[in-house]
Amino acid sequence: MADAAPIPDEAETRARWGDFAWSAENAEQAKTIIARYPPGRQQSAVMPLLDLAQRQVGAETQTQGWLPVPVMEYIGQQLGMAYIRVLEVASFYTMYNLAPVGRYHVQVCGTTPCMLRGSDDVLDACYKKGLKKGATTPDGLFTLTEVECLGACANAPMVQINDDNYEDLTFETTTAILEALAKGEQPKIGPQIDRQTSCPEGGPTTLKEMVGENHDYRGRWNQPA
Amino acid sequence: MLDDKDRIFTNVHGFQPWNLDAARKRGDWDNTKALMARGQDQIIEDIKASGLRGRGGAGFPTGMKWSFMPKEPKPGKPSFLVINADESEPGSCKDREIIRHDPHKLIEGALIAGFAMRARAAYIYIRGEFIYEAKVLFAAVEEAYAAGLLGKNAAGSGYDFDVFVHRGAGAYICGEETAQIESLEGKKGQPRLKPPFPAGAGLYGCPTTVNNVESIAVAPTILRRGAAWFAGIGREGNKGTKLFQISGHVNKPCVVEEEMGISFRDLIDIHAGGIRGGWDNLLAVIPGGSSVPLVPAAQIMDAPMDFDGLKALGSGLGTAAVIVMDKSTDIVRAISRLSYFYKHESCGQCTPCREGTGWMWRVMERLRTGEAAVEEIDMLLDVTKQVEGHTICALGDAAAWPIQGLLRHFRPEVERRIADRGNAGGTMMEAAE
Repeated sequence: MADAAPIPDEAETRARWGDFAWSAENAEQAKTIIARYPPGRQQSAVMPLLDLAQRQVGAETQTQGWLPVPVMEYIGQQLGMAYIRVLEVASFYTMYNLAPVGRYHVQVCGTTPCMLRGSDDVLDACYKKGLKKGATTPDGLFTLTEVECLGACANAPMVQINDDNYEDLTFETTTAILEALAKGEQPKIGPQIDRQTSCPEGGPTTLKEMVGENHDYRGRWNQPA
Repeated sequence: MLDDKDRIFTNVHGFQPWNLDAARKRGDWDNTKALMARGQDQIIEDIKASGLRGRGGAGFPTGMKWSFMPKEPKPGKPSFLVINADESEPGSCKDREIIRHDPHKLIEGALIAGFAMRARAAYIYIRGEFIYEAKVLFAAVEEAYAAGLLGKNAAGSGYDFDVFVHRGAGAYICGEETAQIESLEGKKGQPRLKPPFPAGAGLYGCPTTVNNVESIAVAPTILRRGAAWFAGIGREGNKGTKLFQISGHVNKPCVVEEEMGISFRDLIDIHAGGIRGGWDNLLAVIPGGSSVPLVPAAQIMDAPMDFDGLKALGSGLGTAAVIVMDKSTDIVRAISRLSYFYKHESCGQCTPCREGTGWMWRVMERLRTGEAAVEEIDMLLDVTKQVEGHTICALGDAAAWPIQGLLRHFRPEVERRIADRGNAGGTMMEAAE
């Protein structure tokens, strides 16, 4: 996580997470993940297992989750990797949280395509609701991070909150989303304007038959244009 | 404008379901066995003849890339296909649409391409932030296994082939092919020195080809309709159709499949509802994702949108991620924000990039506010030249080019800001703080 808070005290972390183990469901899932890679290459599973562990920690703490040191050690043992190799991976990739985050991790894209479409307004809406970059709100609900391009540029500006994308945002719709989440409601995911995914607003300029039916264009393949 | 019948990604906007049944009705997985029965060498010849160039940005001929793979894998050294779905280049959002709305085109393409290059399995490396997209992809792969289209005797072809999905976790650099391989092996995504090239020693030390999602997903349709069909679209050396991703200051941003070489004006007027505030309000365009230099309005308006057309303007097609900027844009800030992106995403392995990206961003910020001295402009240009070409991978180049493009075309604006701050003749500040 960019601008991460300092890694928490190790003794406390160890007291809380020292006996971390997979839940029954995740133990099965971990096996499935490891089986995707050739025998002897189980190190390849470290990224999906870190994600799985972060989600389990998240479920136990009612947050997006994070990776306490004992959890990373646990994964290292399962995969036959030294702890430092696990930490190297966890600290290299931005989606692993090395410190606790709030229930909702508000990840505002601030890269140029979103900036051009108004990511400043999205950030302002967050600030007005008391969110601060790199910090969690006192009620533990929101952690704000400005992230780099999340690959939804035709629907800019956008924010990813935990697993969900909210796109085509304005100051007002961002505020509404944060308010809904604070009330425990689930806002509509995806574009916040009347628009189908990355189709032009107001309706498609191409492939109009697809709107109403699963059209098969093969019948016209050999017709002249 | 491309005729609808010649569009490959007919469900690009997701009006219809992505699942196997719906995909089959649109023509996917239609007698894949017969396509494979043409034989490996013929498939590679067909892809070569179609003129398909890699859709990930570099534009390397796809058929030729496949032909570099060993014809007879050595025992204990199976070949792998790695499909690059790490789409992280600012402006790019096309692989996302393929994966969430037309995943079976990608999976069928993986089988055909993997077969043609004699690979044992494909790993699809999807960026971690594509959480919903990865869910769709996992489910689509599962559907394909359940229908006998993957696994032993895939699609009844007699060929055994597996497809695995691997999620990344947030690192732009993993879009670089050797960094992606490192990441797949469970390490930090730091690029490898080449040679050896992946076709010789890639994933787990085995022969590997890394291809972009779009390059793989178009292959089945090219084979079904024939190389001549694909080669009949676009201009010489720039064949076929392409997903364009239009973002920024247009009236209706969108993703749309068009013919290569469509003029910028047509692309924007037909599909994106025109430039915000009209064509007179256009300032500049980044035509291929953040790594390519910007092009000023007058030069791009009627330019053909393809590899060679944009190269002639000192820029590039890249991933066809078209970032449009109108006259309200703070152009120095827009590029400085990209410099921050590269600083954030540098993997830290090579000193010129690790130190240079931060240095370039800090000077760009001084140029943005005008607090720099005028000599710093040339100093910055000099630094971009020292980073460019002096790193293991192209991230250093990608960080240098947007700045070079800005200073090539908008130097007067940068100088004006410095003059307005009254620093034109002032002493130079310490830029590297």
